[in-house]
Amino acid sequence: MSATGIGAAVRRKEDLRFITGKGQYTDDVVRPGEVRAAFVRSPHAHARITSVDASVAKSMPGVVDVLTGAELKNDKIGNLICGWMIHSKDGSPMKMAPHPALAADKVCHVGDAVAVVIAETLSQARDAAEKVKVDYEVLPAVTDPAKAKSGPQIHEIAPNNTIYQWSLGDSKAVDAAFAGARHITKLDIINNRLVPNAIEPRAALAEYDSGTDQLTLWNTTQNPHVARLVIAAFVGMAPEHKLRVIAPDVGGGFGSKIFIYPEEVVCLWAARKMGRPVKWTADRSESFVTDAHGRDHVTHAELALDERGKILAMRVSTIANLGAYMSTFSSSVPTYLYGTLLSGQYDIPHIYCEVDAVYTNTVPVDAYRGAGRPEATFVVERLVEIAGRQMGIDPVDLRKLNFVKTFPHQTPVIMAYDAGDYHASLKKALELADVKGFNRRRREAARRGKLRGLGYSTYIEACGIAPSQAVGSLGCGVGLWESAEVRVNPTGTVEVLTGTHAHGQGHETTFAQLVSERLGIPFENISIVHGDTDKVQFGMGTYGSRSGAVGMSAIVKALEKIEAKAKKVAAHMLEAAEGDIVFKDGKFTVAGTDKSTTWGDVALNAYIAHKFAGQDLEPGLKETSFYDPINFTFPAGCHICEVEIDRDTGKTEIVTWTAVDDFGTVVNPMIVEGQVHGGIAQGIGQALLEGAVYDNDGQLVTGSLMDYSMPHAHDLPSFRIGLTETKSPSNPLGIKGCGEAGAIAAPAAVINAITDAIGTEDISMPATPQVVWSALSRTQTRAAA
Amino acid sequence: MYNFTFHRPTTVRQAAGLLARNPEAKLLAGGHSLLPVMKQRLARPSALIDLSLVEGLSGVEQKGRSIVIGAMTRHADAANSPVLKEVMPGLASVPASVGDPQVRNRGTIGGSIANNDPNADYPAAVLGLGATIITNKRRIAADDFFKGMFTTALEDGEIITKISFPIAKKAAYEKFKHPASGFALVGVFVSKRGSDIRVAVTGAGADGVFRVKSFEEALRKRFAAKSLEGMTIPANGMNSDIHASAEYRAHLVGVLARRAVAKATA
Repeated sequence: MSATGIGAAVRRKEDLRFITGKGQYTDDVVRPGEVRAAFVRSPHAHARITSVDASVAKSMPGVVDVLTGAELKNDKIGNLICGWMIHSKDGSPMKMAPHPALAADKVCHVGDAVAVVIAETLSQARDAAEKVKVDYEVLPAVTDPAKAKSGPQIHEIAPNNTIYQWSLGDSKAVDAAFAGARHITKLDIINNRLVPNAIEPRAALAEYDSGTDQLTLWNTTQNPHVARLVIAAFVGMAPEHKLRVIAPDVGGGFGSKIFIYPEEVVCLWAARKMGRPVKWTADRSESFVTDAHGRDHVTHAELALDERGKILAMRVSTIANLGAYMSTFSSSVPTYLYGTLLSGQYDIPHIYCEVDAVYTNTVPVDAYRGAGRPEATFVVERLVEIAGRQMGIDPVDLRKLNFVKTFPHQTPVIMAYDAGDYHASLKKALELADVKGFNRRRREAARRGKLRGLGYSTYIEACGIAPSQAVGSLGCGVGLWESAEVRVNPTGTVEVLTGTHAHGQGHETTFAQLVSERLGIPFENISIVHGDTDKVQFGMGTYGSRSGAVGMSAIVKALEKIEAKAKKVAAHMLEAAEGDIVFKDGKFTVAGTDKSTTWGDVALNAYIAHKFAGQDLEPGLKETSFYDPINFTFPAGCHICEVEIDRDTGKTEIVTWTAVDDFGTVVNPMIVEGQVHGGIAQGIGQALLEGAVYDNDGQLVTGSLMDYSMPHAHDLPSFRIGLTETKSPSNPLGIKGCGEAGAIAAPAAVINAITDAIGTEDISMPATPQVVWSALSRTQTRAAA
Repeated sequence: MYNFTFHRPTTVRQAAGLLARNPEAKLLAGGHSLLPVMKQRLARPSALIDLSLVEGLSGVEQKGRSIVIGAMTRHADAANSPVLKEVMPGLASVPASVGDPQVRNRGTIGGSIANNDPNADYPAAVLGLGATIITNKRRIAADDFFKGMFTTALEDGEIITKISFPIAKKAAYEKFKHPASGFALVGVFVSKRGSDIRVAVTGAGADGVFRVKSFEEALRKRFAAKSLEGMTIPANGMNSDIHASAEYRAHLVGVLARRAVAKATA
């Protein structure tokens, strides 16, 4: 392993600019003559718009114009769409309601945009936005997914607010297995709604050049090409070749910046109308009511086991809240990213899953770190833990008994696990967590008046999203391959253009490590370019822990082509047969001789083309590839959470956290650890702290960081991190992906630990001190009775 | 934020004059409560009168049997004051527990008390030690100062200049932090100064900071955590919101009072 190659903990190239304030985010981009946009948003969760009067606002200082939903309609700007078709059990297509970028007739959630004020300064725009008079006829609202079907109908297309009633698996086989079961564990779960809160709020800056009829959009997006495709092909803003989307530095996404939002559409439209660049940057309050939220499931789950604890079947029924409109990939999250993971790490013969997706008067819900897989893992790992406790079987033994042991393994819910070793990660985690010493620690804690508990989560996820044909057959509107272009310059330095996008992941470092290792050239001589549709060929962006497994595989393919071409050039230079050229450590050698040439000389010769006839060999050294994976990848591992609970206050302290993950090949262990840390923090956030709360009128009660609790450093312990490795056989580097693992594994580990400590079967998330205290009070009352 | 005029007086007299001439003006101390609501356009003062250049409003000093803290003393400076840490560490722990480093380096004791946020920490210490609030016009006893949430005895044009805390031999603060904001979900300050025993609670009461006479009574017999064993206060009159019910807050008052007494007697 070289100092900058695969496996080295190379410091992140990009951090110099990030930590010295030199990052260039969308809001940092300033265009000549730019004006600012302020949106007029609905204060009501559900209302008919009876009139919009912008006359006062239009006459205010600095105001350039005020645009409304009616004008958007007149200009024939198309609706936003959901790009993954889901069919109901009865074969009917999902009920996708119109989602205009500005509401003209009706608002469906607090924060729904009704009009936009464009003014010279932000303050002027905000002043005027307050003076846009919108009259509403307020309608009853529904926010709770469990009550959505009987709530007021939100969209004409969707009776009972039902978007689809989807199912997966063989219900008859599951019923039969349950009929013959010795033990059945039942569980009701609410997977709490989360607000993503990337540190950089969403922003858009749109510019129109009337000379070339070209639109440019700077945007906080995780996938600039997909944004351009949707805005061109569905919204109909401009033909694809007349729209450039640039995603400059982006400060965190966690899924919330995958989607195409109303604000970028409105900025583009307004920029063309006024002939001036239009900028909008969300403030935090606006983010809370416009960024797509995550999770929000209501689930009933059952597990059937035989007398030894062998799992016979699982039955899951979920209501998924998709909010007021179907966001870009919302339909796929509670279906193919959820139901397909319900087998966990276990060999379960029969699984049946039903999901009803519903509209409510809440912010749209879409993918958020893990997207469906945290929800699935929570169901599986809570069921298994409870089943073990109910049957008097150690939860570790129950897991071992049911682990998938041979690969490939076909689950009853589509996925074919290709590689893994679940015993290995469990074993290592048990050691790292010193589970043997737990009882001693529990007794010691009891002497201090604390309740100590231990919780496991042996999770699996499907990453490396995804084989295009497979997802196409499941309704996905796009392919999920990735592209790469490797440009070798005449001096031998290299630019790699990738269709993935980094917004905190460190691709500029990890991708350069791959190139440095493969070409044997200095790390410093490599640049990674992403995030601009004018520079980079079509690519699918970053989400679903796909950039390593899919994006780097595309780079590998392009590098192979580069090597093949470079060998041809070297053969001419060294006057040898192409087949005799050996390329190693940046040097081309004629096999069995001391004749050699360097990478730099070959690059130069490829461009000056003096040593070969251009008719025989094309000059230049630049290659492109499109890589389509053959399977998902299946990162898996074991997280163990140990908690201490203060009996008097109900406060949970996470005392230790052990994570042993199998991510396949690890390119940069430091970056991987960082990803694991961040994921665990978000998972602990969901379990202990975070939860979006709506009141009955549809107001978001947790609408700011004063009420919505994000995890702080002091809420977290130092993590004990370990790795095991089984390489993914589905891509050339053996990478599985690591970005979401922590968020997927953590919630179940925390809740299993708390329930172990306090001796209850279940506790709801977020398990705040009050929730735990109430549960403790109930058990004490029961004990007293 | 709406437009406002900005004044930067250098004496209390000038500040009071500005306040008298601008009835819609607000005094700016640390700004950590005021500026966020102005940014959210929820407050619209015509003017801000910044007290940061007013001389003589900052600092912690011992004067006889009292600790006197200037109204513009930042939380971080009070928390790190050698004299305060030496003489009454229980009081020093109050500003040390406020918010985060950014807040502690801007927020002031005068601002905190004048604002009388029902979840703020300082009101518990002021009431829990029976401090005296000194203004440009008069001296106000803590028991007469707090008049319900966000309401005080301060009159128009009145500016807090310092707070004088009697030095108590035994004093401690126990706080249960709001998980999101870091404010006190419940905070209890206890003190014993001769026969004067005080238990003051912030965060819990629907009317802001209050004293728990029943606890004080019990502690008068013996100032020990055991004296409060099994004691609670009624949930009636407690705050209730998505973070904590009235019952839970009432329960925490008992727990934290016992812990504070234990800390004060340790």
